Amino acid sequence: MSELAGISSALLYAAFILYLVGTFLFGGSIRQKGLRDGDQLNRWGKLAITVTIIGFIAQLGYFITRWAAAGHAPVSNLFEFTTFFGMMVIGAFILIFFIYKTAVLGLFALPIAIIIIAYASMFPREISPLIPALQSDWLHIHVTTAAAGQGILAISFIAGIIYLVKNIDQSISTKKTKWLEAVMFLIVSVVGFILITTGFALSDYKAEFEYVNKEDAAAVQEFNVPALVGPNEGVLITDGKMNPIVEMPAFINAKKLNTVLWSLGAGVILYVLIRLITRKRVAALLQPLVRNVSSDLLDEISYRSVLIGFPVFTLGALIFAMIWAQIAWTRFWGWDPKEVWALITFLFYAAFLHLRLSKGWHGERSAWLAVIGFGIIMFNLVAVNLVIAGLHSYA
Amino acid sequence: MGKVKCECGHVNPRGTILCESCGRALTEEAKKENLVDMRYEGSARRSQTYNKTIIDKVWNFFSSVKVGIWIIVLILVAASFGTILPQEFYIPSNIPAETYYEDVYGTFGKFYYMIGFHDLYNSVWFIALIAALGVSLVIASLDRVIPLYRALKTQRVDRHESFMKKQRLFAEQKASLQASDLEKVREELKKKRYKIREENGALLAEKNRFTRWGPYVNHVGLIIFLFGAMLRSVQGMYIDELLWIREGETLQIPGTDGEYYVKNDGFTLENYKQGEDLEVFNEAIDRVGTVAKNYQTDAILYRDENNDLPGAEPELTEVLHDDIQVNQPMKFESFAVYQTSYRQDEMKAMHFALTNKETGEEFGEVVVDLFNQQETYDLGNGYKVELLGYYPDFDGFTKEGEPTSRSPLPNKPAFLFNMISPEKPDGEVSFVEIQNTMEPLGETMYKMKFKNLETRDVSALTIRKDLTLPILGIGGIIFMIGVIQGSYWNHRRIWIREKDGHIYIAGHTNKNWHGLKREIHAVLDGTAIPEPEDRQKD
Repeated sequence: MSELAGISSALLYAAFILYLVGTFLFGGSIRQKGLRDGDQLNRWGKLAITVTIIGFIAQLGYFITRWAAAGHAPVSNLFEFTTFFGMMVIGAFILIFFIYKTAVLGLFALPIAIIIIAYASMFPREISPLIPALQSDWLHIHVTTAAAGQGILAISFIAGIIYLVKNIDQSISTKKTKWLEAVMFLIVSVVGFILITTGFALSDYKAEFEYVNKEDAAAVQEFNVPALVGPNEGVLITDGKMNPIVEMPAFINAKKLNTVLWSLGAGVILYVLIRLITRKRVAALLQPLVRNVSSDLLDEISYRSVLIGFPVFTLGALIFAMIWAQIAWTRFWGWDPKEVWALITFLFYAAFLHLRLSKGWHGERSAWLAVIGFGIIMFNLVAVNLVIAGLHSYA
Repeated sequence: MGKVKCECGHVNPRGTILCESCGRALTEEAKKENLVDMRYEGSARRSQTYNKTIIDKVWNFFSSVKVGIWIIVLILVAASFGTILPQEFYIPSNIPAETYYEDVYGTFGKFYYMIGFHDLYNSVWFIALIAALGVSLVIASLDRVIPLYRALKTQRVDRHESFMKKQRLFAEQKASLQASDLEKVREELKKKRYKIREENGALLAEKNRFTRWGPYVNHVGLIIFLFGAMLRSVQGMYIDELLWIREGETLQIPGTDGEYYVKNDGFTLENYKQGEDLEVFNEAIDRVGTVAKNYQTDAILYRDENNDLPGAEPELTEVLHDDIQVNQPMKFESFAVYQTSYRQDEMKAMHFALTNKETGEEFGEVVVDLFNQQETYDLGNGYKVELLGYYPDFDGFTKEGEPTSRSPLPNKPAFLFNMISPEKPDGEVSFVEIQNTMEPLGETMYKMKFKNLETRDVSALTIRKDLTLPILGIGGIIFMIGVIQGSYWNHRRIWIREKDGHIYIAGHTNKNWHGLKREIHAVLDGTAIPEPEDRQKD
């Protein structure tokens, strides 16, 4: 690894730690309400945003040094893209923070970005050369703009989730509390995925299978976590490793499904542990943290983020995407799954804006929509890359 | 006909809710409301006014935002179904879709194919949904933009106090406006780029009215975009052809009516190599194996000068020399030629030596061009080889013992030779395929010894013409302008008025109320004018 690449990794690591510190500092500053013009942030808040900005600069340093080392912008595989997306979430948060000066936003935005960056580093991290289809300046233009748009839209989700944590009555069990817990569970499961992957990577778990793939050809697949489900007609060829409990048909990628099952399993254990120890719903645990912030303000932040993010997303994920697709793939639109899900994201936020403007969907309903919108973005990032094969499967 | 005259004297179109000029409520319902509905300024929308004829009913249906949202949601959900399994155009082209989905995905795949989801985006119902969206965009926009424009244009400075009282931000105080206060407010408002109008002791500060047109501008952009996409089906607007071209070949470019020819002057496939490329890539190359660096066809473009003369031989003149790479298509006129695919090492010619089996002596070499075979190959001195049969894609023998070929492509060539020599002037028959020789009519003295294989690469070029692109581009630009125009600014108005010893102040914005409140706070700071309260707080 070249020296630059080494510096780059160190900077990303530093950013990660700074975001962690920033989270705790924001935790200390939440007693203060949203500020009006002329009001001052309290000392914790000032420190928190300063640390966050330093973290952002460190991550920017990671980005620039890695660009210099590779000769192309580091947005060419799943690790690089997802890391950049995490950086854009932080960037969007800093932007929105300076408009609304709401510390509690940082208390939620930073952990989300941390989880996103940690998730990113579960994928191969080496610097990879660009395949012919990616050798274009549009790589930088299209991918960075799309990620920036998604980052800003993520702030809408974060404001929305805070709104829901604050306003959903936790004294009784309702459909709303259950759905909110489902969201919390998914977040916990991502943490589960990170823990499982890291754990087995540290123990260097490797189990190879010979199997018959979709094209009816013999192939080999290496599992890095014990196989609960195995590949089609799979035969374990590594000694002393676990044999799968169930075998999957050829069109299902057993390795990925296996990882999903482990993550959900770890998620269930973590979630149940939290519930057993605290005897409270996760959202109820978080509720005291958000008591001081005005719901009205959260609603506005959520809406404003969509207003700022929607045009950026459209430009990056649809318009620039179409221009590049015309150059690289001969057609501006080809109904590739990633394209379709970008369109779905666009349509969803278009519906969101219409519901808000014309049907008066404010407050709680708007917050739920912001959560669903982010769900679609994450689906496009995670599932479409990993599960649905298409032209964008670069990971 | 059917006009509504307000107490203030202004004549409003039928169906107006709030007087365009002074803002008085004109309907019984509006009079009862605590807060006026300021969407579209209470103007007279056709859809809210007429509902008699079929046209009215269609208009009202499509003008409804609720219907629009439903159409958006239906398209969104439908589009997602098309990503569950790969669409027909992404499955291997050599397997019929009918069997592919069932073979690979089982019963679910069969069902997916049966209900037509394998080609969802070209289905009639999906296109109908897109068309409905287009209609909704036109009607819903027209229904709103015209009355909104009228209302904002005719609005008066001194709005009626009933109008001000029903604004979300409002305050009232028994006092009179101080000239010094008013002066300060004016100054502050100007600093914040408000346009100020004053009439009859009333003040109206307004800014960024243009942002209200944003939604309609972006709808126009979308309509142009959809229109452009529709034009693609018009003859001559759109050409999409695939050309497989071998190294050294010159072929007519499909879609150009025979005017243009292209020569493949060599195809290159390059992979990244450790040691040659950046060191940082080594780890990735190690893990993945090979990573492609470049696909390139060195192309020469020709024009046929005799294209207009019927029956004349083509006379090719060179137009352009270009290296076609992925991301760098060759362009001429309105055409673009793309590097799309390739096949490496297609067999071109095979070399055989006529050999005496016993002595191993060779009596000359035969080169069989797999695309252009000779009937006989004369080797001199009484040695000659006749090609009795050529089977480019040999597929075994029929019941009668006839060799067969699966396709005309030289994937697995086989030959039936007749070897003539001074010893055997009638010849000996030998059947030769790769790594196997048969002597169907008895043992022979000579054999065709395989010497050499010539191969070449085949490049696939996509030829594309799309005259709809400029229209789509304009649509896209207008859309972006509209979205930005509507999203990044807010239309804000502040009314201040003194009447009968009372100060009234009201504020309205189309969005971002916190921003307006902060602005009003700053403007009124240090004056005796009361700060408006938000009456829609949670």
